[in-house]
Amino acid sequence: MTRRGKRRLQALTLGMLGLGVATTLALTAFRDNLVFFYSPSDIAADHINPGRNIRLGGMVEKDSVKHEGDVTEFRVTDMAKTIGVTYRGQLPDLFREGQGVVTEGTLSPDGHFIASEVLAKHDEKYMPPEVASALKRAGEQTHATSTLVEKP
Amino acid sequence: MIPELGQFALVLAALVALAQSTVPLIGAARGNSRWMALGSSAAIMQCVLILLAFAILAYEHVVSDFTVENVVQNSFAAMPLLYKITGVWGNHEGSMLLWVMILSIYGMLIAVFGGNLPRALKARVLAVQGMIGLGFLGFILATSDPFNRIIDPPVDGEGLNPLLQDPGLAFHPPFLYLGYVGFSVAFSFAVAALIEGRVDPAWARWVRPWTLAAWSALTLGVAMGSWWAYYTLGWGGWWGWDPVENASLMPWLAGTALLHSAIVVEKRDALKSWTILLSILTFSLSLIGTFLVRSGLTTSVHSFALDPRRGIFVLGLLVAATGGALTLYAIRAPSLKMGGLFHPISREGGLVLNNLLLTTMCATVFIGTLYPLFLNALTGKTVSVGPPFFNFCCQLLTPLLVAAMGVGPLLAWKRGDLLGALGRLKFAAAASVIIALAVYYLRSGGPVLAIPALICGLWLIGSALAEVADRVRLFAIPLSHSFARAVALPRSAWGMVLAHAGLGVVIIGMTGTALWTEERIQAMAPGDSVELAGYQVQLQSVGPVKGPNYDAERATFVVTDHGRLVDTLAAERRTVHPQEQAVTNIGIRTNFFADIYAAVGEPDPAKPGAYVTRLYHHPLVPWIWVGAVIMVFGGIVSLTDRRLRIGAPTRRPVGLPDAALTAE
Repeated sequence: MTRRGKRRLQALTLGMLGLGVATTLALTAFRDNLVFFYSPSDIAADHINPGRNIRLGGMVEKDSVKHEGDVTEFRVTDMAKTIGVTYRGQLPDLFREGQGVVTEGTLSPDGHFIASEVLAKHDEKYMPPEVASALKRAGEQTHATSTLVEKP
Repeated sequence: MIPELGQFALVLAALVALAQSTVPLIGAARGNSRWMALGSSAAIMQCVLILLAFAILAYEHVVSDFTVENVVQNSFAAMPLLYKITGVWGNHEGSMLLWVMILSIYGMLIAVFGGNLPRALKARVLAVQGMIGLGFLGFILATSDPFNRIIDPPVDGEGLNPLLQDPGLAFHPPFLYLGYVGFSVAFSFAVAALIEGRVDPAWARWVRPWTLAAWSALTLGVAMGSWWAYYTLGWGGWWGWDPVENASLMPWLAGTALLHSAIVVEKRDALKSWTILLSILTFSLSLIGTFLVRSGLTTSVHSFALDPRRGIFVLGLLVAATGGALTLYAIRAPSLKMGGLFHPISREGGLVLNNLLLTTMCATVFIGTLYPLFLNALTGKTVSVGPPFFNFCCQLLTPLLVAAMGVGPLLAWKRGDLLGALGRLKFAAAASVIIALAVYYLRSGGPVLAIPALICGLWLIGSALAEVADRVRLFAIPLSHSFARAVALPRSAWGMVLAHAGLGVVIIGMTGTALWTEERIQAMAPGDSVELAGYQVQLQSVGPVKGPNYDAERATFVVTDHGRLVDTLAAERRTVHPQEQAVTNIGIRTNFFADIYAAVGEPDPAKPGAYVTRLYHHPLVPWIWVGAVIMVFGGIVSLTDRRLRIGAPTRRPVGLPDAALTAE
């Protein structure tokens, strides 16, 4: 093999090594750090391990927000199912009843959601894409069930 | 009438861009110098027209012309002038106009300052710039027209998003775009070189200053964004691994790699094909960044309500630019001549290692940021990748990068002496370990991770100093001679030293705030006091204040250190008109070694007269931005290097060493 070819092979090997390291890193660290998104309907339908970090999204139900010191209680709904949320800390400025919200935290064994974070927004009109699709899915489901009920 | 003039200017600019992207290209292929020369005049013309359009939009905002939809949606008559002006780019349409304006300014600068470029290369570079400009002007005209009129104009506007009514908006987006868009020049040079089938040291010497300018601007833009996110409550602090933040980090990592690989092309005529590929990838990552932010596809705390059609258009531009350039690369790269050989232990070897690590880092950020998008497209599942993944990858790769950054500059080109270099770094290494342990001991503990992290930062500063000491032969020759040598050192050498040391300062700042931050959340009534990191913080009073377009409750905190007054802090909870939106304004007290950070929240219903307050002590956090400014300063110093400004470079006669480049 020529010297030039050998150099090229060395560079290629190093490059592949880098790529390999990147992939290995990504795969091992990935499994533990993937945070799945659930709507209240998903949580009602699936069994989710309490204690696993997940994201919950939907609309903040009207008249459900209660403050007590730095602890806030509210309910998140996708218009089909509703789940209670407890959050300790300061809420983002754009957190409002009747608006979309994404929270991150864990489910307690009694089905209550303990949020460690309420995601902030830059824009009042912004609707996180997964909340929009969760609402759409829940809407279709309620629609489907209601047509089923209406059938004789 | 005036807004129509702006729109007309944009349409004309698009037509000029069309001419710019075709005529010079044909001229270069046929050797027709008049056709080639059209590139320069078209680039200047395009820039003038877009500047005019931008000035008109700014004028409409300043005079509050509520017949223009963009002004109605983002401004109102009683808003302070600063926010009327920054509101021009505080929205999608204006922001894209700023993007193409900066693109056209770069095009104009190439036309004006590219006098020493070969005519054909210049024509091709400007043609590629014209194509990018055409794509984005088309995007603006088709989906994001800032000059849309309203048939039934309202009496007053809806006002600028209150969260954006911040001085950060005046600087962060323009510098970020100067960086993003600046990489288009390297991209155009790469595509032009592929069309010509020729890359030589002269090519790298022309590309480097543009890349350096873009890199400096991007560094500043990212740092300012980080600072803005830090002082805005709820934006995830100085860095939250949010998709929109990662979107700016990826081109920075790739651009940093490009900056270094271009040195190898210039000095050693090697790594040519790789540098071309990096030029293409860096700008593509800038476009991906624009796409991620402008599509609203990923959930981000920095996202805005958007029309999804726009995302698809940007994706189309991204595919056209990246796909086109990579196809050209696949066809032409094999024909690029291989350059000089080098031993793995050499300056080139160090720079190759730097490139491998930076691109690996960039790849992990890319995977973590875009994986949720791909998974969602393929399976419909919605996931997000948490900060621990990014932290893990960076903590693993950064020490390697930092080690190489210290040793690399002390190695000679072609074949270096690793043991010799390490020998010259033994003081830097020892000092960084000792200082790190001493700081850890004085802080009386905390996570053990602080020790290696501090060593990394200190090692970068120490090795940068050692590099200077070595070059000026400090203590080996009389001090006055050393001083004369220091003055005579090329500016690019000083730039490198500053940039590397600056990163060290950044790493120390990150370590301090990530590992030693103290937080207190509680309900406080006026008169209540809380202990924070050895200080006593007392809520003195809460009272109403009135601003130009807001009403606020202002909380005044008094910080004392064992009875001695340190400072008073004011934090506000504002209600901004006319949106009636709540905005939290925090108070910060800094002494450049630590910040005290205070925020006031809602009244606590359980405790009459009390408010929920958040107090933080962030050690070393200012160093993040001080370090970033040092890095940018390094970039600017390097830009003033004579060798980057002088006329068309010629190859040095082989075998004649350049005294300024080799350590020996």
